[in-house]
Amino acid sequence: MAIERIRHVGGRALPLRGDNIDTDRIIPARFLRSITFEGLEQHLFEDDRKQLEAAGHRHPLDEPRYAGASILLANANFGCGSSREHAPQAIRRHGIRAVVAESFSEIFFGNSVALGMPCVTANAATLSALMQMVESQPATEVAIDLDQMTVAAAGATHVIALPAAARESFLDGTWDATGLLLDRFEDVEAVAKKLPYVAGWR
Amino acid sequence: MSQTLLQKVWDAHTVRKLPNGQTQLFVGLHLIHEVTTPQAFDMLRARGWRVRFPERTIATVDHIVPTRDQRRPFLDVMAEDMFAALERNCRDEGIRLFDMSTGSQGIVHVIGPEMGLTQPGMTIACGDSHTSTHGALGAVAFGIGTSQVRDVLASQCLAMDPLRVRRIRVRGRLARGVYAKDVILEIIRRLGVKGGVGYAYEYAGDTVERMSMDERMTICNMSIEGGARVGYVNPDQATFDYLRGRRFAPQGDDFEKACRWWSGMASDANASYDDEVELDAASIRPTVTWGINPGQSVYVDEPLPSPTTAQGSDRAAIDEALDFMGLTAGSRIRGTRIDVAFVGSCTNGRLSDLREAAKVVRGRHVAPHVRALVVPGSQPVRLAAEREGLDRVFIDAGFDWRGAGCSMCLAMNPDKLEGREICASSSNRNFKGRQGSPTGRTLLMSPAMVAAAAVAGEVVDIREFVNGD
Repeated sequence: MAIERIRHVGGRALPLRGDNIDTDRIIPARFLRSITFEGLEQHLFEDDRKQLEAAGHRHPLDEPRYAGASILLANANFGCGSSREHAPQAIRRHGIRAVVAESFSEIFFGNSVALGMPCVTANAATLSALMQMVESQPATEVAIDLDQMTVAAAGATHVIALPAAARESFLDGTWDATGLLLDRFEDVEAVAKKLPYVAGWR
Repeated sequence: MSQTLLQKVWDAHTVRKLPNGQTQLFVGLHLIHEVTTPQAFDMLRARGWRVRFPERTIATVDHIVPTRDQRRPFLDVMAEDMFAALERNCRDEGIRLFDMSTGSQGIVHVIGPEMGLTQPGMTIACGDSHTSTHGALGAVAFGIGTSQVRDVLASQCLAMDPLRVRRIRVRGRLARGVYAKDVILEIIRRLGVKGGVGYAYEYAGDTVERMSMDERMTICNMSIEGGARVGYVNPDQATFDYLRGRRFAPQGDDFEKACRWWSGMASDANASYDDEVELDAASIRPTVTWGINPGQSVYVDEPLPSPTTAQGSDRAAIDEALDFMGLTAGSRIRGTRIDVAFVGSCTNGRLSDLREAAKVVRGRHVAPHVRALVVPGSQPVRLAAEREGLDRVFIDAGFDWRGAGCSMCLAMNPDKLEGREICASSSNRNFKGRQGSPTGRTLLMSPAMVAAAAVAGEVVDIREFVNGD
């Protein structure tokens, strides 16, 4: 694997309001009926989008003014529920490169790290300010800096947070962990040999 | 030094500290199924790697299996493709697959404990968030995504962040008609759907200690609905009694040796916790969800919340949920007409769950407007239920008696809600669209409450429905 260091993510943003947006909403289970991840982005938030359309509204994903956004803005506990990696895969394949939210579910967060898609947190006031800014001026460039741990938009800079280990993985390009886990395989075998349920009961 | 089970298991499985500060953790048991693994095997092949511990990897098929006609090839071409991919991957890598021909197939979280694969002190990973279920036996078990499945296939390890531990002590006797399902719904309601993020939940207290393994599994299963990726109960005599004689449990002299090691993995009496919560079991009443996340629940005889008395984002959440569900603020959930009744899932699809539901429906009949189905969690659960005649009880009452699988919990097979149908369900998630119809509605409750709702045609209070026991 080529090492891809991720230090900055910048671009226009897409605001998605609401707490506890679960992975069944991000990608309904019927679209998991495949042996690849290809084409998942076509069904991103499909049911939410259709229901809003039927009610005469538009989902942010269907608003032309947010087309081409590369940063997703969300509220609390984003990505809760099912562990399906199909959810961050669909988001990433849609063109999103990073997510800023008040908080994330742990499994969604870990899945996103493994895809090289930083999920950073900011406080509710920051998200509210960013969302309002983007809703009123969709062309606003939003810039995430993992070095300085900030998100900047329209001249204002806010603090973001990311667990140290994940931040390190993005900065040094080790977010794809498999190679690292295979690095010292003799250590893995040593641990296995000490576990009685692996090595035999003594 | 005094430690929790989580710390002991973590330490015993730590390979090394990774440069980024995470822990490289050895995975003692890797469970795989057809939905979240085909891409992982592809990634593995693309990099020229093999499965390093095929004997520590166990496969079954559960999410996409039809429950009415399970003959191969499946009529559903995509389901057949997914099953065939799993078969191919297991064959190529020497992984044991428990399919329908083995008589041991079922929901991965039902068959693991059932076959004695799940044991105390293990680390267990599976590409499925309800892997927390296995914590009921004192394992540290958690859900992972597909890229992490690739990591485990390639290295039998995961890069993990440390977890804090919250002990949840439940004390006292549960009232009649109140089940493990009500206890975990109460915990989620109390601590919130994101309250457990960053924590492992240790369930303790005399109420939990008196629970059967099946009941403990129901509790640990829904840890993830409370935000906690890991939930566990310390192993005790009930755990050992459950495991003795099971197919993959240690046999003969090994069993006593294993019991000693397992006992040693339990949290020490004076271990310290990052947080502690206490719950009075006697105050819990039969619980039903009314909204679109598992924290939105009420006691069956309690009024639904009103957005006007809530604050800020809660207000919007209640509004959205009531609107989607077509329910009215301040009204009662009791009396809500249902269209479908579903007994099954990794939460409540075990033999004891089927027994409780059967007790309620015996000699009664499903309401004419209700479609009702029972989907056993595994082939052995189905067989055991049939030996007790439970299939007759359900069939005579007008239920469909199906083959094993995940079924209408997430509707990846033909078992789906249609349109805006309302389902009384013994499963774990009431998310929008979860049961297969984008506008379908789910009311989560205990299997006994589902059975009672099926008969009455509407949500009822199980305490009034069954006289005596």
